[in-house]
Amino acid sequence: MFREFAKGLSITFKHLLPGHSTTVQYPTEKLKPSDRFRGLHRLVPTQDREKCVACYLCPTVCPAKCITVESAENEKGEKYPRVYKIDLLRCIFCGYCVEACPVEAIEMTGTYELANYKREDFEFTKERLLK
Amino acid sequence: MTPEVLSLSNNVPLFLASMLVKILAVFVVVILIVAYATWVERKVIGHMQTRLGPMRTGWHGLLQPIADGLKLFFKEDIIPSEASKVPFLLAPMMILVPAFITVAVVPFGPDLVIGDYIISQQITDLNVGILYILAMAGLGVYGIVLAGWASNSKYSLLGGIRSSAQMVSYELAAGLSIIAVFMLSETLSLRGIVSAQMGPLWGSISFLPNWYIFSQPLAFGLFVICGLAEINRTPFDLPEAETELVSGFCTEYSSMKYALFFMAEYANMVVISAIAATLFLGGWHGPFPGAINLLLKVFAFMFFFIWLRATFPRVRYDQLMTMGWKVFIPLSLANIVLTGIVVVILQ
Ligand code: SF4
Ligand code: SF4
Repeated sequence: MFREFAKGLSITFKHLLPGHSTTVQYPTEKLKPSDRFRGLHRLVPTQDREKCVACYLCPTVCPAKCITVESAENEKGEKYPRVYKIDLLRCIFCGYCVEACPVEAIEMTGTYELANYKREDFEFTKERLLK
Repeated sequence: MTPEVLSLSNNVPLFLASMLVKILAVFVVVILIVAYATWVERKVIGHMQTRLGPMRTGWHGLLQPIADGLKLFFKEDIIPSEASKVPFLLAPMMILVPAFITVAVVPFGPDLVIGDYIISQQITDLNVGILYILAMAGLGVYGIVLAGWASNSKYSLLGGIRSSAQMVSYELAAGLSIIAVFMLSETLSLRGIVSAQMGPLWGSISFLPNWYIFSQPLAFGLFVICGLAEINRTPFDLPEAETELVSGFCTEYSSMKYALFFMAEYANMVVISAIAATLFLGGWHGPFPGAINLLLKVFAFMFFFIWLRATFPRVRYDQLMTMGWKVFIPLSLANIVLTGIVVVILQ
């Protein structure tokens, strides 16, 4: 019994010595998320517009049903999303939308600081997603 | 003129002034230790668990106790509507006050000669010092029962009863383990016990001091463990048992009243450390001048208590009770018998 007590105490004491702490001082010090991390979405732009062709595949596959797309046609007769909106409060960051997209128009970035004060601020419109 | 012991009979104003200074000094020192013990505890446990602990307020979180204090003052203070108001308000004080008055009999340094008078560095030297300590330690239980009862909550009531059962059981064992010490020193006065620990060990081994930790290692261990259980420190912090009792007897307490319970826990830690140092580690004797020795010993004990908390999980209630009644009390009784036999043989 005493051996075990001594062992436990020695382990915690060893941790007390400098160099064991793994804490990151978050707001001043940040870790870089890995490349595969799924954070905020981004609509990929091409020359003058977004790459998205408003095919409705992503709202269909989205398990949380949080993507709103409304398609329209521009002067050149190309389909484009007049409205593209993601409700981040419902999104579960599964990345299915990214996988479903046939033209790779949507991707996920490493942005993880998504806190906000108002519900409206979690509605990510096309303009915000294009940034 | 040879200096004489300062007392009420030979210089009233000076006596009262010296008393006031001593009381203030002890009070301030204990409060400071209590405040910064919370910081040290969070830091040390943080590092032991490979975290940093508080870092934001001040250099390495050094101003954290002050910030915590301010926060607690401004928090909403809730008294449950059906609670018995007076006992509810009295209970935190009933726990805190005994802790502070116990320190009154702990000698913290050698006698000072100032002018014509000898002034002892001790608030008062009772010739029944140990009995006084045991009596005062027993008072804390009332606060806990009162808090549990007055809150008008089942959690609090159960928590209160449970904690009082724990505190009373371990008080017995702690009290019994001390008896061996005053069998050796033949006095109940703490100052007497400290002076009995002067000189080399057993009068012959010159490189070790005559501290009772060497003559009474079992009593020392028992006292530290039982003391720990009596003041409800981890791993014996069953009054708080969040898992089953939602912090037990102080469930309904908030704001400053809750902080008083917290202060009492740390003040009790200081007291137990000081008593253990006085009874077993030679009190203020040591390589440094006067009170610094006692302070260092108290700090060492506090560090040990914090270290224990960072290492061991809380024991179960039945384990706690079994340990207290079936292990610690018989052991301390056996120790008394043994000490008695040895003392008689040596005479
Ligand atoms: S990550 Fe998943 S939940 Fe979020 S929008 Fe894409 S498909 Fe929907
Ligand atoms: S799947 Fe791609 S192209 Fe289709 S609507 Fe979604 S983002 Fe646009």
